[in-house]
Amino acid sequence: MDKLSKIFASCRQQERAALIIFCSCGFPDLERSEQAIEAAIEAGADIIELGVPFSDPMADGAVIRQASGVALRNGATLAGILDLAARVSHKHPETGFILFSYMNVLFNYGLDRVCRKLSAIGVDGILAVDLPLEEAAELELPCRDNGLHLIPLVSPATSPQRAAAITARATGFVYSVNVCGVTGVREELPAEMAAQLAELKKISPAPVAAGFGVTDGAAARRISQVADGVIVGSAVVKILAREQDFQVSLEESRQFIRELARNCRRCP
Amino acid sequence: MNTHYGIYGGQYVAETLMPALAELETEYLAARADQEFQNEYRQLLKNYVGRESPLYFARRLSQSLGGASIYLKREDLNHTGAHKINNTIGQGLLARRMGKKRLIAETGAGMHGVATATVAALLGMECEVFMGSQDIQRQAVNVERMNTLGAVVHPVSEGSATLKDAMNEALRDWTARFKDTFYLIGTVAGPHPYPLLVRDFQAVIGQEARRQCLEQCGRLPSQVIACVGGGSNAMGIFAGFEADSGVQLVGVEAGGKGLQSGEHAASICGGRVGILHGCKTYLLQDGDGQILDTFSVSAGLDYPGVGPEHSFMADSGSAHYVTANDDEAVAAFDLLAKYEGIIPALESSHALAYAIRIAGEYKPDTILLVNLSGRGDKDMDTVRKFKQQQPSATPGLGNSI
Repeated sequence: MDKLSKIFASCRQQERAALIIFCSCGFPDLERSEQAIEAAIEAGADIIELGVPFSDPMADGAVIRQASGVALRNGATLAGILDLAARVSHKHPETGFILFSYMNVLFNYGLDRVCRKLSAIGVDGILAVDLPLEEAAELELPCRDNGLHLIPLVSPATSPQRAAAITARATGFVYSVNVCGVTGVREELPAEMAAQLAELKKISPAPVAAGFGVTDGAAARRISQVADGVIVGSAVVKILAREQDFQVSLEESRQFIRELARNCRRCP
Repeated sequence: MNTHYGIYGGQYVAETLMPALAELETEYLAARADQEFQNEYRQLLKNYVGRESPLYFARRLSQSLGGASIYLKREDLNHTGAHKINNTIGQGLLARRMGKKRLIAETGAGMHGVATATVAALLGMECEVFMGSQDIQRQAVNVERMNTLGAVVHPVSEGSATLKDAMNEALRDWTARFKDTFYLIGTVAGPHPYPLLVRDFQAVIGQEARRQCLEQCGRLPSQVIACVGGGSNAMGIFAGFEADSGVQLVGVEAGGKGLQSGEHAASICGGRVGILHGCKTYLLQDGDGQILDTFSVSAGLDYPGVGPEHSFMADSGSAHYVTANDDEAVAAFDLLAKYEGIIPALESSHALAYAIRIAGEYKPDTILLVNLSGRGDKDMDTVRKFKQQQPSATPGLGNSI
């Protein structure tokens, strides 16, 4: 069984959803983003999304955009992030790691080359934000050749037929977007979310994790009742950006992720 | 349907936008085949835009250069002063047909924003335009025009605060509001079907120009020359000549301070293949795949990508792509004003600059057809500042001839 399958199976056994934390790599710099990843794993994250900054993040809200901007100004590169990924995945062989990127950065590095490298350093898969089903083949092949998962997205705008086509090709897990819009912290999740997730669960052979707009423990708890995984990004990045003293922010993020982890348990 | 041009084009967008793009494609193909839709589009082009635009022989300019005969396709004479309106009328009618109440657009120099605001007023729709805060300062008059037409202009201050950032913000808005909103893209870039429908709505330029050239000269031009930022005016005029193997199509990119300087906006001549704003195409990017800032005296060419069909045509050799630098464009701007009494847009001045550069190599029986895509009133301030900074490049008659 591959690592992600093991993680989801073990969470199922523990009657909880997997906790997936997005990290803006290189924010505020590579070294401190590595500390943020360590803190997230220590606080209970099962899978880490390694966010690669891009100059034109058209699917991201203000929080991740600003973090990406800082990361790029401080010299973050894909090569530097892959070195970071090698270190953390070596240190945490039980934790899942997904490279989370816009296509251009991957394409520029070389799709075959990035897949070979990720596989060699123990990263489990790739999520390319701007790669829908119609364009997926060019990355799907090198992913398959290198034993990597290519994580697809499904949104509330996706029709059931389309969701079936997308999930049929998915391995690892399916990323269900809770809201139509960009990433970011939102006041509340839409009422239809639980029903949508339940529908998607019925269709998808792969586990379903839900993200976008997950702001607090209560939101994580709601999602955990229906989904196999809870994904939190902007809310964590926002905390990491809050204080002048990064160590203070880091500690707050650790507390926050612990609270999220507690709320991933399924209520009987 | 095929969504690519060879390896270029495609639909590299977030999943949330895919159903919106599918709806747009379906509705557009239906509208394209609908005679009533086409009639209304043609009627508005005639009675509202003022088409057809003239084909004009620039006699004094040609004589002064002592070579080829230069003909100008006068898109500058359209309502709102550029070719942009051809596309916004088409997409505006499509938006109405789809029941959308709100138009959004990105704009660089402001011409596409003005053309979108114009159509929104014409059709009684809401309009919001995203514009880089840098461009808002450079193009204050166009911001006032958009406001007067009832549009709301949103400043975008992220990134380089120019056209590419405005397009990012428009895509973000559309991702959240595609149900009631039509995103009116101004050039032949973006995800499929935008490159296709913008090309179709601009094809009228080439169709008219070909017929007019045959009427006036009894033969086709040797070269059809147009400036290329995103490339909509070029694709529009090229479309009329794609079956004419004897006609050379030339796209002129913004060379800025020169390709060697690194300060330019020439995506094909000076870039590498990548993926931005929904399509695979030539891009200006750094070694790590981050998009670079562009540089051109002309705000309308200041875009780090190019329409995917242009990338395809560049590779296949069906069109030829060159650059003209800032100083050449400004010299061409002056020259056309001096000899023909026409002040061209700085964008169009790049196409003109290339024609001026090569005219001397030919005899008067050679026709060079230049797409004069817009008028230059908006550029007076920019040209004045350019000349103040680089007195050696003026008055324009010295350097490039």
